[in-house]
Amino acid sequence: MGNVLVYVENSETGVAPIAFELLGAARRLAAGLGGEVEALVAAGATAELAPALGAADVILRMEHPALSPYLPEAHVAALTEAIRSRDPQVVLVGNTSAGIDVAAGAAAATQRPLVAYCTGLAVDGEAVVAHSQVYGGKLVATTRTEGPGVFTVVAGAFPGAEGQSGGKAAEATLAAPATLGSLHTRFIAATAPSGGIDIGRADRLVSVGRGIGGPENLELAQELAAALGAELGASRPVVDSGWLPKARQVGKSGMTVKPKLYVAVGISGAPEHLEGMREAELILAVNSDANAPIFEVAHFGSTCDLFDLLPALTERLQAS
Amino acid sequence: MHIAVVVKQVPDLVEELEVDAAGTGLDRAWVKMKLNEFDDHALEQAVLLKEAGGAQVSVVALDGEGIDQVLYAAVARGADRALKVDAGTQEPLDSRRAATALAGAIRDLGPDLVLTGVQAADDLFGQMAPFLAAELGWPHVSVVSQVEVAGAAVRVQQEYAGGRMATLEVDLPAVIGVQAAPQPPRYVPVSRLRQAMASGALETATAGAGAGTGGAAVTQLAKPEAGRGAEMLTGSPDQVAEKIEALLRERGLLRG
Ligand SMILES: Cc1cc2nc3c(=O)[nH]c(=O)nc-3n(C[C@H](O)[C@H](O)[C@H](O)COP(=O)(O)OP(=O)(O)OC[C@H]3O[C@@H](n4cnc5c(N)ncnc54)[C@H](O)[C@@H]3O)c2cc1C
Repeated sequence: MGNVLVYVENSETGVAPIAFELLGAARRLAAGLGGEVEALVAAGATAELAPALGAADVILRMEHPALSPYLPEAHVAALTEAIRSRDPQVVLVGNTSAGIDVAAGAAAATQRPLVAYCTGLAVDGEAVVAHSQVYGGKLVATTRTEGPGVFTVVAGAFPGAEGQSGGKAAEATLAAPATLGSLHTRFIAATAPSGGIDIGRADRLVSVGRGIGGPENLELAQELAAALGAELGASRPVVDSGWLPKARQVGKSGMTVKPKLYVAVGISGAPEHLEGMREAELILAVNSDANAPIFEVAHFGSTCDLFDLLPALTERLQAS
Repeated sequence: MHIAVVVKQVPDLVEELEVDAAGTGLDRAWVKMKLNEFDDHALEQAVLLKEAGGAQVSVVALDGEGIDQVLYAAVARGADRALKVDAGTQEPLDSRRAATALAGAIRDLGPDLVLTGVQAADDLFGQMAPFLAAELGWPHVSVVSQVEVAGAAVRVQQEYAGGRMATLEVDLPAVIGVQAAPQPPRYVPVSRLRQAMASGALETATAGAGAGTGGAAVTQLAKPEAGRGAEMLTGSPDQVAEKIEALLRERGLLRG
């Protein structure tokens, strides 16, 4: 009988949405394994976080001042402690920023295999079969894990609803490991989003990716955006290159948007980008590579060269 | 300050990727490899730290096809030393075995700070930076977009969803998984690259025994299932533009 342990990511704003997606996935896995779902909530104070976790069978509460605000080192120690004391078969962690720190650190400390970027998880006999997005979403790897393992799960891969329901779970207190008293990492300050434009409020977005080539070509996208009455968004490399400000970045480490119309121009559709826009009502993708993963989530696509299509489209829209 | 930058090559994702006959790996015969873009940013961050406050930068990689060129390019970009670690195979190791294989050489090198890319296109079994930190027993922070030296520590900016960030201070020695340098990786003039190659200063080391991931195995590697994809609009750019206009009109999404 194998239990499933869910690492519950949290911040001062409460339980992170990914935790509910993990709890939902955990319920199905636990049913297949004949085990229970345990949820680890590690924070400075857990009383206000625990009530949201009713989809678990057992809520493991671990409290220590070093656990809030989030410090990678502290949370690796917390999850490691929970794995050692509860010995679950499956550990689920979100493939978020914190998840990248925590899952690999705890997997290494407990000598368990780690399977990352999971979008599907199933039980087959005693083993866990996972589907993972690799190579920027261009390929899917299927893995089989016999025995204990740690899995990081891509945000948006599982519905959150199942993990949000549930009755009242049993609660247990886990002692915080002593190492939390002597950490080598300190929290200095938090920075809120940079302000200015909030692209999350726009109902139409034209987002540009590295395919735009350089800042000198942004005008093409700006003109299209103007013709559509849309705001300009961007993929991460466009922001990292300084072509557009950070506030316009869509994706895992940028904004999550859900506009009525999302036009992706020269964006490959890496999982980290899709995380921020897959819920858009109508997605239109322009990418000269017919195998680009953006076409998996887009409703309509074109493999036209963007330098040909954008001017043609802008002209047509201006005329109409 | 001595900074080690760990780099590796990954398949260029702009190219077509083919699966091998066994159906569990890439057909490497045709893959075009390039420096992992996040490692590229890690190198840029190291060179920026060197320029800002003086540091020695060592670039470290596991031996493999084409890696000499990558190391020379790093030297041309500003690395002072280049170390090639021989793990007894030219085949790429998974990130966990790579971390074990590299840890000994890095310990011998004795850097204050290790920078490497936050992830790689092929790190199915987990990210390199936290594994390396665990091997070395050093603190670690990933998804970092800025590193500054602060005495015997570094201050790093870690990024979260929704554009939130935090500044954390990490005692050295430490391992940082770099998401992006504060400025894009610089261009290397060919003359500098030639100079670096002529100096021929690649050092070598032997890897420690790499423990496998154990317990998890790839049973299939495949293209995503087709079918739920986009409806493709075909024709000349003008024809496609016309179709787009029509479908936006149908849905009431045209301006005004
Ligand atoms: C922890 C973490 C967080 C991340 N967060 C984010 C995030 O928030 N947002 C984000 O976007 N990324 C994020 N990334 C980066 C992500 O992994 C990808 O690297 C990135 O999304 C790729 O951006 P892109 O699609 O613009 O570039 P590329 O992947 O280089 O794609 C460019 C595309 O343009 C196409 N193209 C080129 N020329 C033309 C042309 N003339 N006409 C038409 N098409 C053309 C190409 O076929 C290609 O598909 C994150 C990564 C990590 C590790």
